Amino acid sequence: MNSIEIKKLSLNFGEVVVLKDLNLTIEKGEFLVLLGASGCGKSTLLNCIAGLLDVTDGQVFINGQNVTWLEPSERGIGMVFQSYALYPQMTVEGNLSFSLKNAKLSKDEIEKRVQNASEILQIEDLLKRKPAALSGGQRQRVAIGRALVRDVEVFLFDEPLSNLDAKLRTDLRVEIKRLHQKLDNTMIYVTHDQIEAMTLANRIAIMRDGLILQLDDPKTIYNFPINKYVAEFIGSPGMNFLKGAILPNDKPIFKLDGGWCESPDLSNYKFQESIKTETQIWLGIRPESVAVGGEVKNMPVNFSLEVEVIEPMGADTLVWSQIGGQEFRFMVDGNTLVNVGDRVTVGFDPAHASIFDFDNEERL
Amino acid sequence: MPNLSATQNHEDPRGPKPRKILSRRNIILYGTLIFVAIYYLIPLYVMIVTSLKGMPEIRLGNIFSPPIEVTFEPWVKAWSQACTGLNCDGLSRGFWNSVKITIPSVFVSIAIASINGYALANWRFKGANLFFTILIFGAFIPYQIMIYPLVILLRDLGLYTKLPGLILIHTIFGMPILTLLFRNYFTTIPEELFKAARVDGAGFWGIYFRIMMPMSLPIFAVAIVLQVTGIWNDFLFGVIYTKPANYPMTVQLNNIVNSVQGVKEYNVNMAATLLTGLVPLAIYFISGKLFVRGIAAGAVKG
Repeated sequence: MNSIEIKKLSLNFGEVVVLKDLNLTIEKGEFLVLLGASGCGKSTLLNCIAGLLDVTDGQVFINGQNVTWLEPSERGIGMVFQSYALYPQMTVEGNLSFSLKNAKLSKDEIEKRVQNASEILQIEDLLKRKPAALSGGQRQRVAIGRALVRDVEVFLFDEPLSNLDAKLRTDLRVEIKRLHQKLDNTMIYVTHDQIEAMTLANRIAIMRDGLILQLDDPKTIYNFPINKYVAEFIGSPGMNFLKGAILPNDKPIFKLDGGWCESPDLSNYKFQESIKTETQIWLGIRPESVAVGGEVKNMPVNFSLEVEVIEPMGADTLVWSQIGGQEFRFMVDGNTLVNVGDRVTVGFDPAHASIFDFDNEERL
Repeated sequence: MPNLSATQNHEDPRGPKPRKILSRRNIILYGTLIFVAIYYLIPLYVMIVTSLKGMPEIRLGNIFSPPIEVTFEPWVKAWSQACTGLNCDGLSRGFWNSVKITIPSVFVSIAIASINGYALANWRFKGANLFFTILIFGAFIPYQIMIYPLVILLRDLGLYTKLPGLILIHTIFGMPILTLLFRNYFTTIPEELFKAARVDGAGFWGIYFRIMMPMSLPIFAVAIVLQVTGIWNDFLFGVIYTKPANYPMTVQLNNIVNSVQGVKEYNVNMAATLLTGLVPLAIYFISGKLFVRGIAAGAVKG
């Protein structure tokens, strides 16, 4: 059964088109991440689902019910905000029970639910405190608890971890994942952090200018980005893009702008359609799929480079270099000794590359 | 080491830099402030000492000298015996009239203006900006232009010369500035709180009473101070829209001080003036801290 269905949703702010003819179906129990740069409409979409914004056109269904005209509180959703949005004058308990009091639940029921939520989130000791006396992580927990007590089908997260420091962010990220595994609710999570998206999602929707560019599971998005924008957005450090052309002889041969001593054979790459004419392309290779050392000779394509800058990151070291005047980065094991000025032989398998048309930047 | 002793005599700078108390900067700064404060307080001093003197002492002419014989009789007379026209029951009648005018006016105007501000800041309904512009426009029109039309309006409503009429007038004239005050304060409250409350099922009034109002006590204090002082000190509307039996304290004070018959009782006049000023002063001292916080609240986001 579908938990959420969005049909032909449009939203304009005056003249500005924010969302355009957007369709999205989310299954029960799914964890969907809306990912995109700021201003891409991801938070707006979430607000539309929550009912905090009136849509210009289209419909929203939650659990098979058309909720397009319903108030946020009637939609069966709970929402967690970036700034926590706790009510400062109420205690943690007051914050948790506010919605239940509004729904006129019995005292026993309210107490039971608050107790239950605070156990799950381990905030039992904080119930009598005011939000001002809590740390950032505790506040965010209470904010999640406020959604939890409502016993709803759908959880909406609007960049819930963006205000936390790096350490807490990774801790709470795992907790959200645990929570999802335990509760099995549908969750929609908005973020601009691709690591959060990759780690949490069942499926990721990458958005840009109010459109969903690609909606897939994290692995597919990582390995087969449908266009250059998605490829750039996912992965850290970012993908290398080499500008060049494909020459369709009996085999597809890559010709790098600025020259390359050999002519790499791209026949391992799965083209959507075979290339008939010479085509300008971007050849995208992830730094982590570049092989060095002993593995190089197994790779269909290999070449040597001069090391320009090294960035040790502990487990790995990122090496910056150039090929034919174009920037090229690759990862080596953190224990490998590399020095600036060294010549290193590297290789890659075109099967793990991504090739995009130069003009429209779509995957070929 | 030849210069070891020199460094020992001369201590290296450490800790806070020593500052001279009687530096030129301090003298100018405190000197100016003290001078200005005295300059500003002298009239108040004269009023207080004069109100505590008997008439013979005042006739001696030393207005700055403290009273030789302290008497509270002028205060008693001002409160309960001073004459305005035919009535000789002092300022007390005006005081109670002012109370009857001020309390409902303050309450009604703040209640309406805060709800206005809340609706304008949080529920961006269609035409909200137009309403706001019209309301603010009202703050720039001189009151005097509206005096006569309002006389006619009150007459037709049957409220002219009555206290409810004056309360209505004060409520209307408080509206633009108070709405602006509340709207601007409410816009500084993070929007996500409002959204969270909506998701939690609170409606228009629920959010207003349970979320917005408890978070806005400083701005309510500011509004109360502004309105109490403004309405209590009002003379113009009081004299125009009421009749002698309903005159507020300020109008009565004017009538006592400006009465032309008999001897000018300076001590009674001073006492009456001080009595009239006591209420706004008390309000200021009670809510002073909140007042400053509310004024500053718009400046810092938090």
